[in-house]
Amino acid sequence: MAMFSQNPIMNGPNYSFAEAPKAAMDGLREHRFNPYTDNGGSTLAIAGDGFAIMAGDTRLTSGYSINTRYAPKVFKIGGTTSSQDDANILLSVVGFAADGEALQERLDSVCKMYRYRHGKPMSVNACAKRLSTILYQKRFFPYYVYAILGGLDEEGKGAVYSYDPVGSYEREQCRAGGAAASLIMPFLDNQVNFKNQYVPGSGIGHELQERDRVPLPRDEVEILVKDAFDSAVERHIEVGDGLQMMIITKDGIEEKVLPLKKD
Amino acid sequence: MDHRPQAWGRPRDDVYGAYDASYMNTNLPNQHTQSPIVTGTSVVAMKFKDGVVMAADNLASYGSLARFTDVKRLRTFADTSVIGFGGDVSDMQYLDRHLTELGIDEAYQSDVGGHNLNARNLHKYLSKLLYHRRSKFDPLWNHLLVAGMDEDDKPFLAAADLLGTTFTSPSLSTGFGSMLAQPIMRKYVPDEASVENITKEKAVEVIKECMKVLFYRDARSMDKYSLAIVTKDGVELSENKLENQSWAFADRIKGYGTQTV
Amino acid sequence: MPGFDFSNYNRNAALHARGVPLPKATSTGTTIVGCIYDGGVVIAADTRATSGPIVADKNCEKLHYIAPQIWCAGAGTAADTEFTTALISSQLELHSLSTGRKPRVVTCMTLLKQHLFRYQGHIGAYLVVAGVDPTGTHLFTVHAHGSTDKLPYVTMGSGSLAAMSVFETQWKPSCTKEDAMELCSQAIQAGIFNDLGSGSNVDLAIITADKTTLHRGFVKPNERSQKLKNYKFPRGTTAVLNEKVITKDEIGKYVSVHELESAEGEKMDVDS
Repeated sequence: MAMFSQNPIMNGPNYSFAEAPKAAMDGLREHRFNPYTDNGGSTLAIAGDGFAIMAGDTRLTSGYSINTRYAPKVFKIGGTTSSQDDANILLSVVGFAADGEALQERLDSVCKMYRYRHGKPMSVNACAKRLSTILYQKRFFPYYVYAILGGLDEEGKGAVYSYDPVGSYEREQCRAGGAAASLIMPFLDNQVNFKNQYVPGSGIGHELQERDRVPLPRDEVEILVKDAFDSAVERHIEVGDGLQMMIITKDGIEEKVLPLKKD
Repeated sequence: MDHRPQAWGRPRDDVYGAYDASYMNTNLPNQHTQSPIVTGTSVVAMKFKDGVVMAADNLASYGSLARFTDVKRLRTFADTSVIGFGGDVSDMQYLDRHLTELGIDEAYQSDVGGHNLNARNLHKYLSKLLYHRRSKFDPLWNHLLVAGMDEDDKPFLAAADLLGTTFTSPSLSTGFGSMLAQPIMRKYVPDEASVENITKEKAVEVIKECMKVLFYRDARSMDKYSLAIVTKDGVELSENKLENQSWAFADRIKGYGTQTV
Repeated sequence: MPGFDFSNYNRNAALHARGVPLPKATSTGTTIVGCIYDGGVVIAADTRATSGPIVADKNCEKLHYIAPQIWCAGAGTAADTEFTTALISSQLELHSLSTGRKPRVVTCMTLLKQHLFRYQGHIGAYLVVAGVDPTGTHLFTVHAHGSTDKLPYVTMGSGSLAAMSVFETQWKPSCTKEDAMELCSQAIQAGIFNDLGSGSNVDLAIITADKTTLHRGFVKPNERSQKLKNYKFPRGTTAVLNEKVITKDEIGKYVSVHELESAEGEKMDVDS
């Protein structure tokens, strides 16, 4: 019986507005507003024995234009006041800058509420889990952001957590994010985790011993970060202007801004 | 009888064929400001040691038509800050109304007689508003520059666009100006430190030069513009006409190729 | 004239319709400029070539030779600017040989615009043509669709607006060679520092009635910074899973060997 041909599954009329045909009759639709953009830039985080370094370039782009040469990508999170003097966590965000700022402010207020309610700062791994849930809450309208969280864990060791835009996360030794991630990450694999490096003369063929992974000292990590960014600037047009570095140790957070090429 | 209210009053399928419900298609995006209609072009601004200078021309274009030629795109806020609007003019007027209301509310609630919002607060407020609207898929199609003094009475200049993206820099510009005017301004204020060396007179001169270049090269611009100078003493808002234009290049041009006469 | 090979056109159109992306061409998202002065013309270019957001070449040459006193600055698809200028250079040389006259800039410009118009913009070459010939000093722009423009100062490429801002604030109707060189150099640097598609160095060429002077690396404001660490690996760091040594005596097992008796001159040489 084809009396109500509109919705054969219900075998009856279905005049619900929500069920109206999805495609317009002519098949053509005007281009929709795009709520995202890519503001370029790159970030990098490396965990050491008693420290973690978070770094990012300070260029903010749109298309082929530079919006500003100084827009920080690394933020202190969870201090008692807006000055963030007693913050114990670092967050770097790269991708869509407006979402990055929204995410940063949201996580900061979550950490501030935690401090207010519990009278102590949030631990890094608790904050890491919370950040994951914040990102996943917007699973179907994501924060278009590659976030990296850094701090010191309960044992005082450097901790780095990296995220995808919808909240999948993992604790790692090091991670590069953003525009030049694919340029920097292989360098980090080789120089931080000593991938593809073997001990010369330690054996033949498969007997060959991999180079032992030892945590790098802070001064060496700072050098790696600067060299990584200098190289990324050479080959990626969206990276440059300045290098912002935040180093978290048991004594607090230190910030450095170094110049990068401006072309 | 079909008892569901949705079916009442509808033509029967067996008599009239399947009902074409496509006109009441609510799955399409809302058609508020999905694209700008009447638009303003660039706003340019740069800091100097005691404040900020900002300028925007008086044209509102309807596509390629120069539709309104006396539109003021700079507005003051409580005589302490200036906002420059690029993009859709109707959304600008909505924001203008909204800001007037905000200004009244703030002045009423504040106990000191004046109000408490400085340029930084105002910029934060507007950028949150823009980000909120983009998140509702109903953006306010504007790119704003906010100038004034911050809580320490230091010059403040920041931008916010229709996506809620914010940034600050010693010199800023929206639209075409970000490609044509920024290179000129960056020569004078490449970084925050260099702002100290720029006087008010120099900043005004540079901004006027930028407005001239924009008039030469931006087809949606005009030669009448508003200019605002913000310092801790308040806002000087003036109306200007481009001066000392030079079309010297034109007299030696003959044709576009092989023509010689 | 033999033209392009279109034999894969239908296949590629079908693949493209099914979502296979087109191959990415190296583009010289560029700043190029030109400026006439009293006695000649100066053209200049940056030296960055990009492929999307990646810098493909940090020091490429965008000033192309057409004739001894006609040079071209190219923006757009790198291959198109390269081949189009080479093609027109060749045609102009033959034309010059057959007429026994020096090539003219207008001839070059006309050949370029007619070639580009024929391909309806599919040849993505955006050029600044400059030169001095017996009729005088000339400066043109040629767009990929075949339109041309004649002005005393011109800019093209993604950094054209940044460069134009310099000309519009600093240009004056009568300038010396040094003025023009400085102006062009400043215009290119405006592009280098404000446009992401442009970068690295300034190349500059001065064309006068009697000679062309090419300054490769006229300004180098973006020298690479020294690395802070030495990244030399000790010998043996890379794993060798197996090793096989082939000596010269055994090489005949793998390839055919012919001994060449080396008399006076190489046998392979075609001339001498």
